[in-house]
Amino acid sequence: MKKIIELKNISKAYDGETVLDHIDLDIYDNEFLTLLGPSGCGKTTTLRIIGGFEHPDEGDVTFLGERINDVPPHKRNVNTVFQKYALFPHLNVFENVAFPLRERKVPKAEIEQKVQEMLELVQLSHLAKRRVTGLSGGQQQRVAIARALIGRPKVLLLDEPLGALDLKLRKDMQQELKKIQKATGITFIFVTHDQEEALTMSDTIVVMSEGKIQQIGTPVDIYNEPQNAFVADFIGESNILDGVMLEDLKVRFSGHTFRCVDKGFQPKEPVDVVVRPEDVDIVSEEKGMLRGVVTSVTFMGVHYEVIVDIGGFKWMIQTTDFVDVDEHIGLSIDPDAIHIMKKSEYSGLYGDYSSFSNELDELSEPGEDESEDAE
Amino acid sequence: MTKKQTPFGGAVLAPYSLWALLFILVPLVFVAYYAFTDNAFAFTFDNVARFFTAKSVVDGVEQRTYLVIFWRSLKLAVISTVICLLLGYPLAYIMARASEKRQKLMMTLIMIPMWMNFLIRTYAWMTILQDTGILNSFLTTLGLGRVHIIGTEGAVVIGMVYDYLPYMVLPIYSIMAKMDVKLLEAARDLGCNSVSVLRRVIWPLSLPGVLSGITMVLIPSVSTFYISQKLGNGKFFLIGDAIEGQYVANNLHFAAAMAFILMVILLAAMAGMKKFTNHRVYGGDTL
Repeated sequence: MKKIIELKNISKAYDGETVLDHIDLDIYDNEFLTLLGPSGCGKTTTLRIIGGFEHPDEGDVTFLGERINDVPPHKRNVNTVFQKYALFPHLNVFENVAFPLRERKVPKAEIEQKVQEMLELVQLSHLAKRRVTGLSGGQQQRVAIARALIGRPKVLLLDEPLGALDLKLRKDMQQELKKIQKATGITFIFVTHDQEEALTMSDTIVVMSEGKIQQIGTPVDIYNEPQNAFVADFIGESNILDGVMLEDLKVRFSGHTFRCVDKGFQPKEPVDVVVRPEDVDIVSEEKGMLRGVVTSVTFMGVHYEVIVDIGGFKWMIQTTDFVDVDEHIGLSIDPDAIHIMKKSEYSGLYGDYSSFSNELDELSEPGEDESEDAE
Repeated sequence: MTKKQTPFGGAVLAPYSLWALLFILVPLVFVAYYAFTDNAFAFTFDNVARFFTAKSVVDGVEQRTYLVIFWRSLKLAVISTVICLLLGYPLAYIMARASEKRQKLMMTLIMIPMWMNFLIRTYAWMTILQDTGILNSFLTTLGLGRVHIIGTEGAVVIGMVYDYLPYMVLPIYSIMAKMDVKLLEAARDLGCNSVSVLRRVIWPLSLPGVLSGITMVLIPSVSTFYISQKLGNGKFFLIGDAIEGQYVANNLHFAAAMAFILMVILLAAMAGMKKFTNHRVYGGDTL
């Protein structure tokens, strides 16, 4: 695969506060790459540096091998779909989409034809003469995408484009964006703080936190093989425990020695252990490798979310079996359900579900990401 | 645009409605009434007709007295408005893009002259522009020749621009300050250089502000009389002077007729401009 954009050792600070801390990232042709992280992690700043709206304090941005640090946005072969769409309110749908072509003095007949094609791609042909201010969020979204794609950029940047849409529409747009990306063959760089969105749409996910890249990988890699406690916690649900690697394929945590599939650690090396909630089996107390008391059960539709207190550490378990609060149960964990990570600066910060309700509150606050790190 | 219903809408509006009725609507009705009646308050078109037909001989040339005055007023007012726009638009743009602290400072600097009485400001310009005034003393000190400004149309225009510039800057500034920076970024992203961003996004979006600025400068400058008397040395009789003169001479019906005609012309001009901007800003097709 061909490299399109390279970020080399990029750093950026606002008023002495580091937003990006020596980032290295390669972006390839025809890939759907997602920058994923909580607000303030530097993902939007990264996007704005690629778009040309911010200048890195340090490091180089290259486009097809050429350094573009000082190339202004209008001379970059990159277009952006902005967070709140930024459609021109004084122009109708057609003219918004035609905007970049008019700037290039494309002949009228050609503009007419290209805009029609593009509006068809985003299924808005019937609204060409409408004012953009009268459109629904989803329709405005489509206009923004059509406007950004009509100039045939090499790369399309999308800054949390689905954040303002409701859940159902968001799911549809996810599918559609993916389809458009496949159809056009344009590289998409997508910024989001929604891990589920990242997992469903991306070829490559870049997990960021505190101005640093935590992990780059396919959705499956990121989910199954998180590199540190931050990634494990941010992507999906996980129980993260303190453990000790006794020897290859043998790890001890929660007072029990488990077989596992990881090796290559020092003997007796302290590690972080990740167990996904859906990989834990509930068994009778006497058969369990671990034993504990159920403290809460929440019905989630497809499954129950069960919180189990095991020696003071609260585990989350997702199960279709019903258990009752205060019931004593045993847990059984298969070797391949255990993932071992090296200790990192994030060790011990995440993974316990004793404050679970708070976490739910935080997760259900939409739009908290609006005053992103860009300002 | 949807209109929002305020609770107690009617009650909240009542003081203003009363004020508007007493001091805006009733006087307007009186102006119209006087304009179309004679001294005995019988209906007549004479006053209005006199404005268009009255003739006098100036320097051996016969001309239509009031139409000439009206065109002169309109010319000076348009020149002043254009200068205000040329000065005010960039100023408003710079202000809107400045840091918050500097915006406040610039706003204060623009407002300070407005705290001073209008007459005093005009007198100050007299002292500056006189043949032996501050400007000419300064020029002679520099070894440059004197300029004769006072009593010319130029002096009147300077006075109008000085007095009315804030009314141009403020509405444009308030629209520009509200403009979403993302729109400007989007324009750059889509291939516009700075000039194109200004021409294709900032200018069309600021048109409503430009329109109110033009309204707020053009109307008072077309009807001003004081500036022309003081800075024009009374040589430039403007429509405001004519109206004032007729009132002072107790010729109320003709004064009212002139005021009425001026009002109708200005309203028509404003309606035309409003339609134009509505079309440009919200109508859809551009270029």
